[in-house]
Amino acid sequence: MKMKKLLVALIALALTPSVSFAAPKAEVLHWWTGGGEAKALKVLQDDFAAQGGIWLDMPVSGGGGDAAMQTLKARIVANDAPAAAQIKGPTIQEYDEEGVVGPYNIDAVAQKEGWDNLLSEQVASHMKCDDGKAYCAAPVNIHRIDWIWANKKVLDENGIKMPSTWAEFNAAADKLQAKGIIPLAHGSQPWQDATVFEAVALGIGGNDFYRKAFVELDPATLGGATMSKVFDQMRKLKGYTDAGSPGRDWNIATGMVMEGKAAFQIMGDWAKGEFSANNQAPGKDYICAPTPSDNGYLYNVDSFIFFKVKGKEKVEGQKLLASLMMGKNFQKVFNIYKGSIPARLDVSMDEFDMCAKKSNADLKTAASKGGLLPSFAHGMALKLAQKGAIQDVVTEHFNSKMSSSDAAKKLAAAVKASL
Amino acid sequence: MFWLKKNLPKLVLTPSLGILSWFVYGFIFWTIYISFTKSKMLPRYELWGIDQYIRLWKMPRWHVAVENLLIFTVLFIILCIAIGILLSILLDQKIRAEGFLRTIYLYPMALSFIVTGTAWKWVLNPTLGIEKFAHDMGFETFKFDWLVTPEMSIYTIVIAGVWQSSGFIMAIFLAGLRSVDDEIIKAAKIDGAGIFSIYSKIILPMMRPVFMSAIVILVHLSIKSYDLIIALTSGGPGISSDMPAVFMTTMAFHRSEVGLASASAIMMFLTVSAIVVPYLYSELKREDAR
Repeated sequence: MKMKKLLVALIALALTPSVSFAAPKAEVLHWWTGGGEAKALKVLQDDFAAQGGIWLDMPVSGGGGDAAMQTLKARIVANDAPAAAQIKGPTIQEYDEEGVVGPYNIDAVAQKEGWDNLLSEQVASHMKCDDGKAYCAAPVNIHRIDWIWANKKVLDENGIKMPSTWAEFNAAADKLQAKGIIPLAHGSQPWQDATVFEAVALGIGGNDFYRKAFVELDPATLGGATMSKVFDQMRKLKGYTDAGSPGRDWNIATGMVMEGKAAFQIMGDWAKGEFSANNQAPGKDYICAPTPSDNGYLYNVDSFIFFKVKGKEKVEGQKLLASLMMGKNFQKVFNIYKGSIPARLDVSMDEFDMCAKKSNADLKTAASKGGLLPSFAHGMALKLAQKGAIQDVVTEHFNSKMSSSDAAKKLAAAVKASL
Repeated sequence: MFWLKKNLPKLVLTPSLGILSWFVYGFIFWTIYISFTKSKMLPRYELWGIDQYIRLWKMPRWHVAVENLLIFTVLFIILCIAIGILLSILLDQKIRAEGFLRTIYLYPMALSFIVTGTAWKWVLNPTLGIEKFAHDMGFETFKFDWLVTPEMSIYTIVIAGVWQSSGFIMAIFLAGLRSVDDEIIKAAKIDGAGIFSIYSKIILPMMRPVFMSAIVILVHLSIKSYDLIIALTSGGPGISSDMPAVFMTTMAFHRSEVGLASASAIMMFLTVSAIVVPYLYSELKREDAR
């Protein structure tokens, strides 16, 4: 034992003088520790090692990233930020405002590789700091939020088509409920309530309404009559859930659809992973379709932010990592595992399943018709304080007997208070 | 040498005192300072005045949390003490297998609140627990859905909390009862006092210090309660069972509102001080006067 320690110390000593030409090094904070996500990340680690880099893995699992955020903040306050961390949406710019991101080490890579041409303008804008002047984050995928998942057998047996309007959805749900099938599998946790809510808002209010309310935070739209109608539909949906819904995890709800206990679930495309894990195939066992809307598309782009770091080998590590993350191979493999689609536009979709292909095609249509919108429930549209304020009202309304107009008024007030 | 001998206790205590004063009292003052700043995602140090407190008291969610804290604390303390006293008196009747029974009642205390919360979550869930059990037994109309009813969810936390802590309170009271001099009880019996009046008029009033320990322990448990709520309801349905500790972590770590979170932490701190300090003070003064 002692011998071993001594040996390690000697090796360490021998390596010390070579720091000046050390290998690129990157410490990566993430919470992709299980299943397909972990496998996908392994691809990146191997690529990184193959290029001579040293990857210091810093996985912090638990709480959907909450634990990771606490660790990250502690590290930043201690002036010891990791090279890259799994951060997305306007939170990227929030970190920049705290002055811990500049001098934007990866911008040089992005300019050299021409990320502006590889990414859609919308996605690229999320990745830039310093008022959109420099890249400071790299996108790895695009998730679609406004999906509705259905058990094919249940729909067929009851002669129900996939709904294309919310009225059709309600009619189908009434029919199913009369037969004793739970129409909507839902776990009433605040983020799940908000996920359903934004899909409903996009469908009932339309694309411009959504943009005004949840991107621009226009007070009149937030507290207006259309918002009231959105809450009306939420109240209806509440009636289509079962008594065990509050607090249920999303994957348990997906399980209810798989078993045929429930017919529909409204959830982002990570739900696909649950179906595949149980050997269910899209189009055969389950159906994926966008929730009713006018060519709308709510996206959630996972990305890694690159912090300010000291030392040449760490900067080199960041550059190499950013380049690999945007690489065609990683973008393809990672997204096949994760259920999302590549953020990079020129990746072939041949190996993806039909849901991912539909997602990719719809993305292009939505972009051309002004329906490509950031998901607020998943932290793409708003800063965390405003997102949280909206989420509080949505979940409070969904789980109480609050009237729709009161909810709309409360929504406007809560957003104002959080600004 | 003599000097060392004389000062050894001080020398030994100094490091831990230093660490304690920095990590407890130092950080209390740090939090107070941060609550007067505009800190958002990370701490900032320019002063901003009392705006965070104004924002805090304007938030409906904070009012829900405070109201829940009041309901929870009052019920939790009353029920824990009532059940604790009852159990300890029953166990004090020189019964058989007392050690075994005592362990059974004390056992929930050995569990963490996370385990308690998760277990009760399953028991109280209408589609898994008691309600389903009753339905399966044939009582189709039986309804016990407090966990998923916003108006009642806070009471499920009281149930789980009391289940966990009343055994501990029982142990404290049992120790108190055992320390009461037998002679007093015998004298009371000779004077013709019944068992009820012996306990209510003589023994329990003698146990003031025990009440003090029990209440101090229960008050701080209830104000700090976080894990139980997270495991049992996560503050839901909606935000109906939110509590200040949950509110604080949500604001600090999920909402980038470090300043606001600090303000709420200071409100909690003041609440604890406002209740516990005068109580301790009056009780300790009474001790001195004796």
